Amino acid sequence: MSAVQGFLAAIGAAVLSLCAAAGALAIFTANGVRHVFLPPWYPGEIGRQLMRIGYFSLPVVGLTAFFTGAALALQIYIGGARFNAEAVVPSIVAIGMVRELGPVLGGLMVAGRVSASIAAELGTMRVTEQIDALTTLSTNPFKYLVAPRLVAATIAMPALAFVGDIIGILGGFAVGTARLGFNGATYVRNTWDFLTTEDIASGLWKAAVFGFIIALMGCYHGYSSGRGALGVGRATTNAVVSASILILASNYLLNEIFFTS
Amino acid sequence: MSAPPKIEMRGVTKTFGSNRVLQGVDLKVAKGESLVVIGGSGTGKSVTIKTIIGLIEPDGGDILLDGETILGAKGAKRDRLLERFGMLFQGGALFDSMPVWRNIAFRLLQGRLKRPAAEARAIAVEKLRRVGLKEPVADLYPAELSGGMQKRVGLARAIAADPEIMFFDEPTAGLDPIMASVINKLIRALVTETGATAITITHDMRSVVEIADRVAMIHEGRVQWEGPVGEIERSGNAHLDQFIHGREEGPIEAVR
Repeated sequence: MSAVQGFLAAIGAAVLSLCAAAGALAIFTANGVRHVFLPPWYPGEIGRQLMRIGYFSLPVVGLTAFFTGAALALQIYIGGARFNAEAVVPSIVAIGMVRELGPVLGGLMVAGRVSASIAAELGTMRVTEQIDALTTLSTNPFKYLVAPRLVAATIAMPALAFVGDIIGILGGFAVGTARLGFNGATYVRNTWDFLTTEDIASGLWKAAVFGFIIALMGCYHGYSSGRGALGVGRATTNAVVSASILILASNYLLNEIFFTS
Repeated sequence: MSAPPKIEMRGVTKTFGSNRVLQGVDLKVAKGESLVVIGGSGTGKSVTIKTIIGLIEPDGGDILLDGETILGAKGAKRDRLLERFGMLFQGGALFDSMPVWRNIAFRLLQGRLKRPAAEARAIAVEKLRRVGLKEPVADLYPAELSGGMQKRVGLARAIAADPEIMFFDEPTAGLDPIMASVINKLIRALVTETGATAITITHDMRSVVEIADRVAMIHEGRVQWEGPVGEIERSGNAHLDQFIHGREEGPIEAVR
């Protein structure tokens, strides 16, 4: 085989492999979503996952949001000073947090925490035959493992983003009043006056999509994990990387849908 | 007319990539019989029982239960079928996230066989006792148990819903000889007292002697020999002789 043929064959193999992976993911997603709507449902499992994905992610999301809001206030103040526009700090912090940084940074932090954890758990279950055991116990693994995680993450992520928005704005408020000389009441009024329902709703919708992506990537990579510690490790890495990339890509698409139409 | 075999495999084939794991497996197991399937590593033993239980779909052939095909069973039909099976996995496959009693009673806590939690727990504790473990073990988590205890809990889970057919995948793998003997005797006792049909996969000859009514040897994806356990020493089959005596020389390549 000539060098050119070898090069083309390598490209062809990569394209085929990409198509196979996309097809497998599409089938997995369709199966997962189908089982969300078809009984039996496992409300206990959904509750447990809500606690795990939502409640236990609060500290990481809260801290991220607080420091992001604080840094944003400082940056906007410094940048705004060039145009004598320091007064826009509260409104820009609020809009920036609610529309973009709250859901996206929260999503990325939860992707690191939850996607990895789901992929490692399901990957270990796959390797130790626990998923096969579920099947032999007349329990569909998609209904018992995948669907509750998809539902819980899609519900938990907007709630986390909402809390993150508030804490982020609070971070901006803390820096604004303590370091930048804003009056507390004026800061709050400027925040409130400039925020619209669409700002908040768009951020929460985005967070719901990110939640779905986070759980889907964790489940997909964990469920199809290879053998041994290497397989589980690879599944965990792939889950976090693919969830993060998909969050950023879908964020752009959602912005196009929400803000340019 | 005689009753059909409890389980029958007819020319079952399965290929993974270029690896032809099952090349036409024919096997019959009568009701209440304990069949032990032996063979070297990678010869298709696990794939054989996984095709029966439906974890792996065969490429060809047929699998019958009480004379009726079970291939392609889906939905409620498949659930009913699985309710008739109990399986002990090689590593136990206990669910790490739940205590022992919930593992054992898993099938009784949901689905068609669902019972109140207190009743399911009582059954779990009774099954635990049956496999030689005491009630306090019920509240421990799998990670807190030794290998032998995990196997016993796996056994208790396999028999929790009183299945008609039991599968045991390498039940003594990783256990010391004393614990292995305890598990073998337990399996034999459970099969005898429940009247269940059992298929065990092993390459431990002591398990063969202690568990089997009949033995089938799989090599290169086919059943090379099958017969009563008492005949394995005088089978005249070169593959079986080499395997049971652990010889390097013979028709089975030592390095595969």
